[in-house]
Amino acid sequence: MSEKPGWKKIPVAGLIVDAGNAREYKTGDWRTQKPVIDRDLCTNCLTCWVNCPDSSIIVEEGKFKEFDYDHCKGCGICAGVCPKKAISMVSER
Amino acid sequence: MTMVKPLNGDDSAAYGMMQIDPDVVAAYPITPQTELMQNFAQFHADGRVQTELITVESEHSAMSACVGASAAGGRVMTATSSQGLALMWEILYIASSYRLPIAMNVINRTLSGPINIHCDHSDTMGARDSGWIQIYGENPQEAYDNTIQAVRIAEHMDLRLPVMCMQDGFITSHAVERVELLDDDVVKDFVGGFTPTYPLLDLDNPVTYGPLDLYDYFFEHKMQQIDAMSRAEKVVREIGKEFGEISGRSYAMLEPFGMEDAETAIIVLSSTAGTTRSTVSDLRSKGRKVGMIKVRGFRPFPQEELISLLDDVKVIAVLDRSDGLGAYGAPVFTEVRNALYDEGHKPEIVNYVFGLGGRDIGKKDIVTVFDDLDKIISSGEVKRRMRYLGVRE
Repeated sequence: MSEKPGWKKIPVAGLIVDAGNAREYKTGDWRTQKPVIDRDLCTNCLTCWVNCPDSSIIVEEGKFKEFDYDHCKGCGICAGVCPKKAISMVSER
Repeated sequence: MTMVKPLNGDDSAAYGMMQIDPDVVAAYPITPQTELMQNFAQFHADGRVQTELITVESEHSAMSACVGASAAGGRVMTATSSQGLALMWEILYIASSYRLPIAMNVINRTLSGPINIHCDHSDTMGARDSGWIQIYGENPQEAYDNTIQAVRIAEHMDLRLPVMCMQDGFITSHAVERVELLDDDVVKDFVGGFTPTYPLLDLDNPVTYGPLDLYDYFFEHKMQQIDAMSRAEKVVREIGKEFGEISGRSYAMLEPFGMEDAETAIIVLSSTAGTTRSTVSDLRSKGRKVGMIKVRGFRPFPQEELISLLDDVKVIAVLDRSDGLGAYGAPVFTEVRNALYDEGHKPEIVNYVFGLGGRDIGKKDIVTVFDDLDKIISSGEVKRRMRYLGVRE
């Protein structure tokens, strides 16, 4: 809490005065379990990409590239929908 | 050229709104405010205002529409009474916390039940901590004057806080008195153009109103609001003085009368201040050292100004037109008594609750209060601190 700005330094009334800044809010630290992929099982069907509510499946040239751990909240939907069971949820502790 | 017209408080406030010509007015009718909005709607129908008049389906919607229109960047006004204010309740806090400079006339009427349409201050006293500046007017002239000043106060860049202007239901809102009206141009010059801050309609600078604000920032945003309110007293005085320059009628937070040598004094709001002033004048002409203070600005509460007026007073009666059921004293009483706690000179203070549900109060009632205060001086004791004036046993 101490590193956050005080009341004299923040926009008035809780307004968000810059557009498109949700990316700066690293929601990844809400996570208790993280998704881990087994690349040998992945067929790049991208069902995980379609279903991820936080746009945290990064795709490059039509193939799974990586998870965006800065914003993945660890909901486990990707692991649940993966038809090849290529994604597992692993405790971060 | 000043024009003089016979107007009641609803008429005069509506006339002020017409001259201000706000961008948006959203309102729902409720007695005794109805005549105000009816008048304004007539000005609208006659083409005398360019206002977007939104006739909504409830006061909750009225205040919600005001919040939306104000955030969009418009100068916004509304009016209500009693249950209507109660129905606006949650949105009052949204308006003040979003720092939206909405100006609203509230025609004081008791909160039911039992159901009653007449005046007391239980409606707006309940809203005293909602973050709105509160100004209580005595008569139709002040209803007009306060309406015009409210816009300037609310929109002041040091504040950006909503303002509610009160007048007593029926007693002021429906009683015709002499009202001096300023020229349209004079009022328009006084209120000036509206400069919105962070308007939603500024598409080049998109802004989000009302995002979730949890424990890591909510307190800081509330602190900004508290800080703005702490500057409001100065602004209300400045605008009141500036209004005096165009009208000959200056305003402050408090209006003392006869206080220079008063030993006993009454503190009261709104129309009863007129009754009290007249009584004080009568009693002073008979040599009694009595005085009174009208509280015009109740939020923020002008604590230091009040203390400075009470230096030589021995006993004070605070007259409240609402009760604080279960509290140790009604709302105005608790403020006044609290203000004096740290002072070396502590006059005795008693509380009279009066006029609930429109129960009439006359000069003879005010005289009995001053007689009671004299008895406290002569006997040296306060037998009952909480009293109820004009209720049958």
